[in-house]
Amino acid sequence: MPAVIKGKAFVLGDDIDTDQIIPAQYLSYNPADPEERKYFGMYAMVGVPAAQSGLPKGDMRFVPEGQFTSPYTIVIGGRNFGCGSSREHAPLALAEAGAKAVVAEFYARIFYRNCVNGGYVLPCQCPKRLVDEISTGDECELDIEANTLTNHSTGKQYPLDPLGDAKPIIDAGGIFDYAAKAGMLKT
Amino acid sequence: MAKPMTMTEKIIAAHAGRDHVNPGDNVWVGVDVLMTHDVCGPGTIGIFKERFGQNAKVWDKDRVVIIPDHYIFTAEDKCHRNIQILRDFVREQGLKYYYDPDFVTSEPGMPNPYKDPTKTSYKGVCHKALPEEGHVRPGEILLGTDSHSCTAGAFGQLASGVGNTDAAFVLGTGKTWLKVPPTMKFTFRGQIPPYLTAKDLILAVIGEISVSGGTYKTMYFAGDGVSSLTLEDRMTLTNMVIEAGGKNGVCDVDEKTLQYVRARSNVDHWTVYKDDPGCAYDCEYEWDLGTLEPLVAKPYSPDNKDTAHNCRDVKIDRAYIGSCTGGKITDMIFAANLLSGHTVKIPTYVVPGSTEVHADMLRLNIQGQAKQEGEKSIYQVLEDAGCLISASSCAACLGGPMDTFGRLNEPMACISTTNRNFPGRMGHKDAGVYLASPLTAAATALTGYVTDPREYVSEPIATGSAGVL
Ligand code: SF4
Repeated sequence: MPAVIKGKAFVLGDDIDTDQIIPAQYLSYNPADPEERKYFGMYAMVGVPAAQSGLPKGDMRFVPEGQFTSPYTIVIGGRNFGCGSSREHAPLALAEAGAKAVVAEFYARIFYRNCVNGGYVLPCQCPKRLVDEISTGDECELDIEANTLTNHSTGKQYPLDPLGDAKPIIDAGGIFDYAAKAGMLKT
Repeated sequence: MAKPMTMTEKIIAAHAGRDHVNPGDNVWVGVDVLMTHDVCGPGTIGIFKERFGQNAKVWDKDRVVIIPDHYIFTAEDKCHRNIQILRDFVREQGLKYYYDPDFVTSEPGMPNPYKDPTKTSYKGVCHKALPEEGHVRPGEILLGTDSHSCTAGAFGQLASGVGNTDAAFVLGTGKTWLKVPPTMKFTFRGQIPPYLTAKDLILAVIGEISVSGGTYKTMYFAGDGVSSLTLEDRMTLTNMVIEAGGKNGVCDVDEKTLQYVRARSNVDHWTVYKDDPGCAYDCEYEWDLGTLEPLVAKPYSPDNKDTAHNCRDVKIDRAYIGSCTGGKITDMIFAANLLSGHTVKIPTYVVPGSTEVHADMLRLNIQGQAKQEGEKSIYQVLEDAGCLISASSCAACLGGPMDTFGRLNEPMACISTTNRNFPGRMGHKDAGVYLASPLTAAATALTGYVTDPREYVSEPIATGSAGVL
């Protein structure tokens, strides 16, 4: 995990479910196949209704049509981010598109667990409602050590919640590396 | 005196080799059953091989259950390919429990469905098939790569959904880490009235606590109202705890549970846990079933609760009766009793939750008894009412490939016995889905407007031993 994550923000609202992050019709791609895996990046977030996609303006695509990667690095969400289906294709799609972190008010449990255990994107929580503070396209910077998010476009800085129990697993890079380090795996 | 614990805490403690656990503890537990399906199986297998090696073996070949169910009836070749990945894995690992859609061949195009639902190895929707095939018992830990794996909690076990990475880890080690959840208690008082099903109860709960009110928590359903439900209806309660963000849902084990499990379980021992008197609950809610009304969840969220009556002016274009939530045999009996002798006004799609449900629809009458000479089957009643009935699968519950039966391919309003109504869940992003009980969905199918089933139902609907024996 890099100490600092920098890049443009993509802002969404509350209750963004995993069907919106990657709609069911794309789940037939096999994530274990590197060629097919790329398509999860192409279709990342295409299920978000236009009005809510890229707030406050809306009607913005996370990944430009026909491309595999996103110009946005940090996804900003509201409450209950990643609710719904357990599909791990959701955090995988964000990571394939090039996102490095999500900062939400809080997460649905399985999505959060998939982010941590699979080591896809860093799931940060911020007690402040960033959806109202950050605009899509703002240049943001996450400082993992200081546990802050800075919006360079406005100059404002926000403290994040500590990563807590998940930190050792995140630091290791996922559940397999964590378990290997702890001597639980022979791999 | 040991500190009192809840059922879920006791199950976790037992699987972690501890005397006691507290909510918030992180523990490693042994897993009894791991389930996966055609959508998450290939990814899980990929991670398993990458991490444990190409020649790795699963931790216990009798505890891995693979149930293809999502993308079966589609011409999309990648879906057929994914089933082949499962088949190869099952063969290579020597897995005992795999339910093959034996009619999916290497021929391109839409597979021809099974002709006789009793003569196929295919089972249909995983959460319905798991208990039917004996993989569900009190006291165990079941994980599945599907968020509705929580359904099995109706049998007094800890059942929860996980992602591919977690599942791959379990495949190789038989273990996972769990954070012990606090338990929320929901008590239902009284007997279930004829116009309600468990779907109304769970929509009341989600409407009360919101789509995130159960996040990280166990949702425990208690009271004589829950005891009065059939096992299948209890599964509707636990099925939808994920719609409130819950980690798992549980019901008490009673004679009905044991009757089911004795008849079905493929392991002959299990442990029944119950909440200790004085155990701590995160919060408690209570409802009197006599005062609950038939409910719907309006687009675009399962907590967007309203009464069916209040929505009577909402025009509906399609009805959908199916899925692990509302495609069980008792759901079909509820719908068939309401539709019997009537004709639907809007296209009404019916998808049996499993091949067993499909077979029972052909075998049973609408009282849930074996149909006699000259009597109509549930299937005939639904067909005569004008319903379109397909083979069992997840079908349009999650939208799926474009050629999926019942998929909402254009903006429209649909009343559905499924569990999610997020934007795009059943297909088109602008389609609006109203979640409802099979009774409300059937009543709505007759009028083309959201309809309170009390307009049609007054007598209790018997379901016999349907779905149990
Ligand atoms: S029927 Fe629907 S909710 Fe149930 S497993 Fe299938 S897709 Fe998921």
